[in-house]
Amino acid sequence: MIPIAYYLVLAAVLFSIGIGAFLIKRNVITIFISIELMLNAVNLTFVAFAHKWHQVSGQIFVFFVMVVAAAEAAVGLAIIIAIFRTRQTLNVDEIDLMNS
Amino acid sequence: MQLALFLIFGALAVAGALNLLFQRHPINSALSLVVVMMSLAVLYWSLGAEFLAAAQVIVYSGAIMVLFVFVIMLLNAGEEKRTSGSRAAYNVGIPGAAAILCLLTFVFLSERDALGTANLGGRLSSTVDNIAELSQVLFTKLLLPFEVTSVLILVAILGAVVLARKEQ
Repeated sequence: MIPIAYYLVLAAVLFSIGIGAFLIKRNVITIFISIELMLNAVNLTFVAFAHKWHQVSGQIFVFFVMVVAAAEAAVGLAIIIAIFRTRQTLNVDEIDLMNS
Repeated sequence: MQLALFLIFGALAVAGALNLLFQRHPINSALSLVVVMMSLAVLYWSLGAEFLAAAQVIVYSGAIMVLFVFVIMLLNAGEEKRTSGSRAAYNVGIPGAAAILCLLTFVFLSERDALGTANLGGRLSSTVDNIAELSQVLFTKLLLPFEVTSVLILVAILGAVVLARKEQ
């Protein structure tokens, strides 16, 4: 018997760490990893609220988020490979073709 | 029992996330994310979502993270260089993230009584188990979205193959 609020606070902590990593990290793969961390934090709130309302819809939502995250990871990593092939770098500061 | 589970695996998840933040090498960040995902799977299970706990281990830490590690090794990504980075990200982004954390924590803790408590392995409805309930909704009411996601996955695979292909 522990309050649902604790799960939600844990999800908020993970989400904020994800935001921080997204902003601080300079490696494009690590930035992508922190997006996955934020998705996971949101999934935890969905499951906690599904438990609170005794509704299965929250869990179905998490299922669809997982599917879309898998598709996103496949396409995103392919884009990273394509970028690396043309620019020879993974540092986001050096990928500034549209900045000049 | 549940409090102990929550404390152990919640602390493990936060430690993994912080390790992700402080490690310089991408492979270490990826492996710390695996730790976070495994502890989240335990938390899902303790909230009565057995199917999602299994899917989290198989899909997230099994498939997606293997893809990440594979790409990191393929591109031979070294330690990231310490560059100055965007000034706006440090000046606005970090306080913004802290503000979001404080706001959410305040709201959740002040609504703590209204949100209720969680019971270990509590089923959503007492008659059927979690997987039966999930599949009942997924294959009757949400059959079309379910099929559309399979098309989405197919398109994503084709897109990944086209993007990662060597140009002639």
